[in-house]
Amino acid sequence: MKEESDIDLSRRKLVKTLLAGGAATLLPLSQAYGAAGTIDWAAFFQKRFQELTPQEVGRLIKRLEEKYKIKYGRDIKVKTTPSLDNVEFAYALNLSKCIGCRRCVYSCAQENNLSRKPHQIHYIRVLRFQSGPIDFEKAEHYYDPREVPEPGYFYVPVQCQHCRKAPCVKVCPIKATWTERDGTVVVDYDWCIGCRYCMAACPYKGRNFNWAEPRLPPEEINTNTHYLGNRPRMKNVVEKCTFCVHRSREGRYPTCVEACPVGARKFGNLLDINSEVRQIIETKRVFRLKEDLNTDSRFFYFFHS
Amino acid sequence: MKKGLGTLILLFLLAGNSPAAKEFSVPYPPFSPGIFPCMACHEGMDRNRNKRQLTDMHQEIKIIRHGERWCYDCHDARNMDRLRLTGGKQIRFEESYNLCGQCHGNILKDWKKGIHGKRTGNWQGEKQYLLCVHCHDPHNPPFKPIKPEPAPVKPENTLLKSRPRAKSK
Repeated sequence: MKEESDIDLSRRKLVKTLLAGGAATLLPLSQAYGAAGTIDWAAFFQKRFQELTPQEVGRLIKRLEEKYKIKYGRDIKVKTTPSLDNVEFAYALNLSKCIGCRRCVYSCAQENNLSRKPHQIHYIRVLRFQSGPIDFEKAEHYYDPREVPEPGYFYVPVQCQHCRKAPCVKVCPIKATWTERDGTVVVDYDWCIGCRYCMAACPYKGRNFNWAEPRLPPEEINTNTHYLGNRPRMKNVVEKCTFCVHRSREGRYPTCVEACPVGARKFGNLLDINSEVRQIIETKRVFRLKEDLNTDSRFFYFFHS
Repeated sequence: MKKGLGTLILLFLLAGNSPAAKEFSVPYPPFSPGIFPCMACHEGMDRNRNKRQLTDMHQEIKIIRHGERWCYDCHDARNMDRLRLTGGKQIRFEESYNLCGQCHGNILKDWKKGIHGKRTGNWQGEKQYLLCVHCHDPHNPPFKPIKPEPAPVKPENTLLKSRPRAKSK
């Protein structure tokens, strides 16, 4: 849990003092209040996820699972599988193949317990461009034709690009978001204060904010969840694509890879020469979005028929 | 020495005889229901090698978008349960990718690496491959347009509705 131990101790002390001094409104209160409106003190004094000892993690998970059981009436499994060794995840997307059908968008929403309509959240935004150079100002993602692909257009699905120099991680004032060893950028929802600096910093619109209490019908919940991934979220926190952390850390493909009907989406380990993404980078001409911003993302695009 | 040579020969034989279908784990080919084995009907039938519009059976097959092809370019005339490479070699339907790869060699190369085509299962561990024909109808290979999933909800339709004060001007 202690991947980054460069915590500024004096700052932490200050925060604690502030809390003790009655500045409780600074806390994400939605998490601290229990079902009956009473304050859940364990949640109130919960530390940052990376600082927790294994015993504390165990207690936290037990508390969360009990809370979800009361709230949704379902047995939701919250995993804390750590990132794998010698793995750096990367993604590749074949723009010649993508037909803009949005199958990935909705399978992601289902798998990751995203808020449904009307407060709809999607991790993947499929941009439609007119044939020609990629001009973001002329892109549109509310396109709704009868059939896709439409002649004269191409489609660019955009989600979190899991940058090596992630601007969102850099700006977070409380280190509620960070890059894991396997390269995925994750959020500790319990620690997030909802300031949305990360959303302002992200040049890809890869992050989403829960402006309202997420709407998640209990019968549609995916009960296989991860603490840093698809466990049910709360109001006022930021969330994002995690390469399906609950799947990828067990060796499985993210759900968007499996949902794509044309096989445009490729996922794998960048450190493995035989992985699909690595083979694509070695043999095709790949590019990344907004490379001039030097985000050094792990999400590669290519055109190849 | 002799023993070593024997093992070598045995290995060579094994490698040569192992069915190529085992090379990639692919699901069962997507036959139309009840159509396989072909020889159940074709046994004893004459092979008419003239190009024509079929009228008795297989009328739905119109090879309009796959070059100037005819049944026996790909299906083996002697044993209809097998496919046939241009060199005359019979292959099973499970390794039909080798047939497609005769013309689409670059795509076959990419498919073997996982660049072309869809993989499901595990990025680390067992991957499920699909045959070319699972996605591309071999008699009419290009993809057909499909209906997209609904467009996302526009922000003005989510937030403003829950805030009545937004309508005041």
